[in-house]
Amino acid sequence: MIINLWINDKEFMDDVAPDKMLLDYLRSKGFFSVKRGCETSNCGMCTVLLDGKPVLSCSTLTVRANGKHIATLEGLQAEALEIGGFMADEGAEQCGFCNPGFIMNVIAMKRELKDPGEDQIKKYLMGNLCRCSGYMGQLRAIKKYLAAEKEGAQ
Amino acid sequence: MFTINQYVLAESLEQAYALNQSRINVILGGTLWLKMGRKKFNKAIDLSALGLDTIEEDEDQFKIGCMCTLRQVETHQGLDQHFDGVVAKALESIVGVQLRNGATVGGTLYSRFGFSDVLTVLMALDASVERYKGGIVSLADYAAMRPDNDILVRVLIKKDPRRASYSCFRKSAGDFPVLNCAVSKLEDQWAVVIGARPGRARRIMFTVAGTPSEENIQSIVETVRGSIPFGTNLLGSAAYRRILAEVLLRRNIEAILMGGAQ
Ligand SMILES: Cc1cc2nc3c(=O)[nH]c(=O)nc-3n(C[C@H](O)[C@H](O)[C@H](O)COP(=O)(O)OP(=O)(O)OC[C@H]3O[C@@H](n4cnc5c(N)ncnc54)[C@H](O)[C@@H]3O)c2cc1C
Ligand code: FES
Ligand code: FES
Repeated sequence: MIINLWINDKEFMDDVAPDKMLLDYLRSKGFFSVKRGCETSNCGMCTVLLDGKPVLSCSTLTVRANGKHIATLEGLQAEALEIGGFMADEGAEQCGFCNPGFIMNVIAMKRELKDPGEDQIKKYLMGNLCRCSGYMGQLRAIKKYLAAEKEGAQ
Repeated sequence: MFTINQYVLAESLEQAYALNQSRINVILGGTLWLKMGRKKFNKAIDLSALGLDTIEEDEDQFKIGCMCTLRQVETHQGLDQHFDGVVAKALESIVGVQLRNGATVGGTLYSRFGFSDVLTVLMALDASVERYKGGIVSLADYAAMRPDNDILVRVLIKKDPRRASYSCFRKSAGDFPVLNCAVSKLEDQWAVVIGARPGRARRIMFTVAGTPSEENIQSIVETVRGSIPFGTNLLGSAAYRRILAEVLLRRNIEAILMGGAQ
């Protein structure tokens, strides 16, 4: 089926198989930040924004993105670098494999929730698994990042 | 992974229904669950263009289109102001925001998963489902039916002044529930629903005039433990679930007596 979509604001038109998952399509276009970390829709590593909402690209049919806008980490470099800096300062990560999906969802959370508390942060990021850490470093990093953003906005 | 030969963006429910009569065709919900299987389908029927992705609210009820995502339901302000916010409470433990932004109400209820948190909470609210050919039926009856080739079009929730509470037990956040329980109270009618038994949710109704005494509560607990079948699977044994049932049930009853939710 011929589809027309925008990835990081760039327009694409392609003939895609009806059962091709968005994750595989995005990788075939060179967006390698999008990774598969599981076969069971559990890890959140494949998170992209579809019309602004965080979704699992591993479980979304590409045809369903027809006419829509997708954002991947490649298109959100400024925010990604900033959040990444806070993560590094907290020594939050080890292997880093979970990082792109995690940062995508932090960005989605920041856009959706106003001043989230610890409980809300945990709930929002529940679908992002990290097999190396205990999430404490990430939590500290996010809190500091959100506080810094708030300060910057004032 | 499942495979599809052809994708059809349905132009009407009639067309979708006609296509769905063939066993080799399939309706697409959010495809989260379909993806876990390996079935080969001919035509995949997408209901996305039929305006079924909205929640309508009027004076009497909520009408939730089958293509609404679980996240839409969870974050709906009107729903949050009813039933002590129990719907959001039940949905927020399911995997993660990203999955709930994909998983649909139609795919969820049609599948009648034993572990479903959604089925459990909506049965306690006495919800109904509207099917394209089969008309409206209570969700409790629908849950007990075998999946057929009809289309689940909407879920209907009456706006009654019901109090409600939900609790579940999970080994870790986002995992499947070992057991879940929802209780609601409308005047002297108490509805107790237990799901993830691990079989499909079951509901028992009780009539208790006024505030239940400890004896009333004990008798509800005994009836539930005695008449709802519990089973064993990898997450827990029947005996363990029977113990959990009492804990979750009592928590919910207490929460309702204290003013709802959990
Ligand atoms: C890893 C994982 C963990 C999960 N954990 C939980 C959990 O802890 N608690 C919980 O409650 N749920 C859980 N779920 C289930 C999830 O919430 C959804 O219920 C599930 O994904 C089905 O919804 P879907 O939109 O993805 O349906 P799909 O996978 O698209 O479809 C499922 C079935 O429903 C049919 N269908 C879809 N829409 C309709 C319709 N309108 N009419 C008729 N038939 C239709 C499809 O043809 C298919 O047979 C989990 C799912 C996954 C993948
Ligand atoms: S790859 Fe694990 S959730 Fe998508
Ligand atoms: S740092 Fe290795 S998975 Fe998160």
